[in-house]
Amino acid sequence: MKPLPLPVSRRDFIRVSSLAGGGFVLSLALPNNSLGQAAGALDDTAKVFTPSPFIKITPEGIITILAKNPETGQGVKTSLPMIVAEELDADFSTIVIEQAALRDDVGAQFAGGSRSTPDNYMLLRRAGATARAMLITAAAQIWSVRVNELTTDNGRVVHAATGRSLTYGQLATTAATLPIPDERNVRLKSDSEFRVLGSRVGGVDNPDIVTGRAQFGMDIKLPGMVYAAYTKCPVFGGKLVRANIDHLKTLPGVRDAFAVEGTGDITGLLPGVAIVADSTWAAFSAKAQLEAEWDERAGVGHSTASYAARAAELGRTRGEPVRNDGDVDAAFNSAATTIEADYFYPFLNHATLEPQGCTAWARDGGLEFWTTSQTPGSGRDLVASTFNLPKESLKLNLIRAGGGFGRRLRNDYMVEVAAIALRVNAPVKLTWTREDDMRHCFFRPAGFHHLKGAVDAAGQFSAWHNHFITFGFNSTQSPTSGGGLSPDELPARFIPNYRLEQSIISTMVPTGPLRAPGSNGLAFVMQSFIDELAHAADRDPVEFRLELLGEDRLVPPTDGRGAHYSTGRMKGVVSKAAAESGWGSPLPRGEGRGIAFHFSHQGYVAMVAHVAVSTEGTLRVKHVTAVADVGPIINLSGAENQMQGSVIDGLGMAWFQEITFESGRTVQSNFHDFPLLRLPESPAISVHFIQSDNPPTGLGEPGYPVVPPAICNAIFAACGQRIRTLPITKNDLRWA
Amino acid sequence: MPSYTLNLNGGTRTVAVAADTPLLWVLRDHLNLTGTKYGCGRGLCGSCTIHFNGTAVRSCMLPVSDLGDAALTTIEGLSPDGLNALQTAWCEHDVPQCGYCQAGQIMTAAAFLRDNPTPTDDEIDQALAGNLCRCGTYVRIRSAVKAAAVALQKEGGQ
Repeated sequence: MKPLPLPVSRRDFIRVSSLAGGGFVLSLALPNNSLGQAAGALDDTAKVFTPSPFIKITPEGIITILAKNPETGQGVKTSLPMIVAEELDADFSTIVIEQAALRDDVGAQFAGGSRSTPDNYMLLRRAGATARAMLITAAAQIWSVRVNELTTDNGRVVHAATGRSLTYGQLATTAATLPIPDERNVRLKSDSEFRVLGSRVGGVDNPDIVTGRAQFGMDIKLPGMVYAAYTKCPVFGGKLVRANIDHLKTLPGVRDAFAVEGTGDITGLLPGVAIVADSTWAAFSAKAQLEAEWDERAGVGHSTASYAARAAELGRTRGEPVRNDGDVDAAFNSAATTIEADYFYPFLNHATLEPQGCTAWARDGGLEFWTTSQTPGSGRDLVASTFNLPKESLKLNLIRAGGGFGRRLRNDYMVEVAAIALRVNAPVKLTWTREDDMRHCFFRPAGFHHLKGAVDAAGQFSAWHNHFITFGFNSTQSPTSGGGLSPDELPARFIPNYRLEQSIISTMVPTGPLRAPGSNGLAFVMQSFIDELAHAADRDPVEFRLELLGEDRLVPPTDGRGAHYSTGRMKGVVSKAAAESGWGSPLPRGEGRGIAFHFSHQGYVAMVAHVAVSTEGTLRVKHVTAVADVGPIINLSGAENQMQGSVIDGLGMAWFQEITFESGRTVQSNFHDFPLLRLPESPAISVHFIQSDNPPTGLGEPGYPVVPPAICNAIFAACGQRIRTLPITKNDLRWA
Repeated sequence: MPSYTLNLNGGTRTVAVAADTPLLWVLRDHLNLTGTKYGCGRGLCGSCTIHFNGTAVRSCMLPVSDLGDAALTTIEGLSPDGLNALQTAWCEHDVPQCGYCQAGQIMTAAAFLRDNPTPTDDEIDQALAGNLCRCGTYVRIRSAVKAAAVALQKEGGQ
């Protein structure tokens, strides 16, 4: 099979990012072709070998590799340096990993779109290989032998003919004097030579995490630091009318309290009341004493119930045509089986376990940040434009985040702390309460799908109609961030008669990307309704899907942009998921298996869930089999962890989670009313990878969307109850 | 501001803070022990779990004025070298993703294994049911607690 072309051009890069980010602007700093331009950037000591910003080798033999991207739990502080270490041919366990600050010579630094692996794989391999080539040249000079007589072995250059060897540290001073070769002339390892890539490597911060020493965003402490809380209007973007600020200033431990004017940018600085105190508790206690009158007019009429009523109204009409293939109506008229169903998934919060926050210090005419942003470059731009500061005056340290999931693609907490820091003559740490975090989010938008599907007399899936009702941000014209449905979304392009119509409900609720944006709701709808069609036509759900995917081929995007869809790779993961899960083998009454697949973020994923539903309606998820084809795996342990986590996350989302609104206010406030899955509810999980000969892609996202439909299809198989509304808790699963 | 002397990690520490300050914030802001995390402030997530006379408790719900001379242990004081059987198992099983909840998970598990050195799978699940992991590392937490229990049994048998 021909490898898929990867979108690595600048244009494609922006496209992918905007799909994932729905409007966030990435600071684009694509790597220079010549690493030589960046030589010496990490260290100016002449004896230290720094062939690129990514590698530093001292004469004492200490090898340091720069971890370039923000670490939010997706494992890139471990996996990206592994790529460098592989080509450098050094012992990964002895390497010092250094987290990069935001800089301008290492390419784009962001955590989003599952892009860390695909965007950096070749860049980092070449960086490692270039350093290795220079160390070999240094040894050749010292021994007066030819380069091609030398090899490397785990941190040493070896001259096999004479049995001599020198460590990289011993070669560092000589290597530092050499010109940096053209990377095109540097030999990369063949896959068969890999010993780091594809192995199991524990997270480089694990020893610090398990002893409490790892520093997360909220753990920053600076000399003379003060602690801040910030309270915004409960209705998004609403302005402050009046508040008891003078009273707040008299409270114990409070140093200052003041109103902050917003900028009118819903993703930027919103109006609010800042409290600066001697401790977090003093700030939180004063925040609890805040009495504020807000202008909440923007929220009038914006409630979950009114949205549902509007969606029902729209559902009785026709939407705007988006795509129309073949003759859908004729296909329905001649179909052997036709079914209709309405599907719904709710708004969601990211609920990172570490609430939002940031630390900043205004000094020497600039601002220094300690940020957990997933898009620090965009954060820098937002601060610069909000406060009219030159970008060069802003320094950003990238701190390990207690989860990201897309929430930290936005940088609202950075402009909030900046507004406070610019007024306070000390470093300031802003901490959001859990309630702040639950109520002020860029939520995953809800969606309504009115579906009709048909299977013809031959049992073939023949027609699909979807009236998709989504949300627009103060708009009925274009979908809000995370609320789009691509006209290429499966089953489009895979069946002859396909029609997509769209209606948009205007909302003032800010939305944004959540792990696998778009896909995380759409896969539930598409894979559930395909399952309904299979059952309605009395077809096996796996066979029905394999037939839908058809012959092995690359299905091109309709408009020429976007990814090709490899049916062969998808059929590969579907077939393996079926085989590994024992698909088709008999189960006791009240138990069932469900299958689902989805392609997103260049990743092909299929899952089979095995559930039990008691006659009283109690759900138990016994086992999930997950199969992914994302090309070769970088870190097998990290990759499995991402897939296991996707299963747990997707299950918790599908089972329990919903954000609702009343007059523009978020109703939920903490984990009692926005639950996460707990250990006793966690299924056993088997993860399998098909390590196809394709360029490696990321794993943070593509597993997550597949979980809800796999679970819901299994519930149907177990008890006959079809889940068309999430979360699952809204459904009565009792059966007799 | 009243002053409190805490029996903490085998030593004593004195802090002057408001009486209603939860131990969580005393640890984090006043004693620089930031391994104990804030996640919810309402005893719902378990990220702030510490030991109070050997029992796992939520430090966000524990006002400093209620501590008396109780023996308090945080993740930083769980073992002198970070080589407690649980900490070792957590690394061997590569449990963390973001890692934010893990100190609380380990503290809950440590108190649990002290009371129940040979737990069943169900007992492990129930013991850790109050500790949320947003990244979904539960499968590995389960395995790591089991492995630590076995390791502790071996140690005890020697």
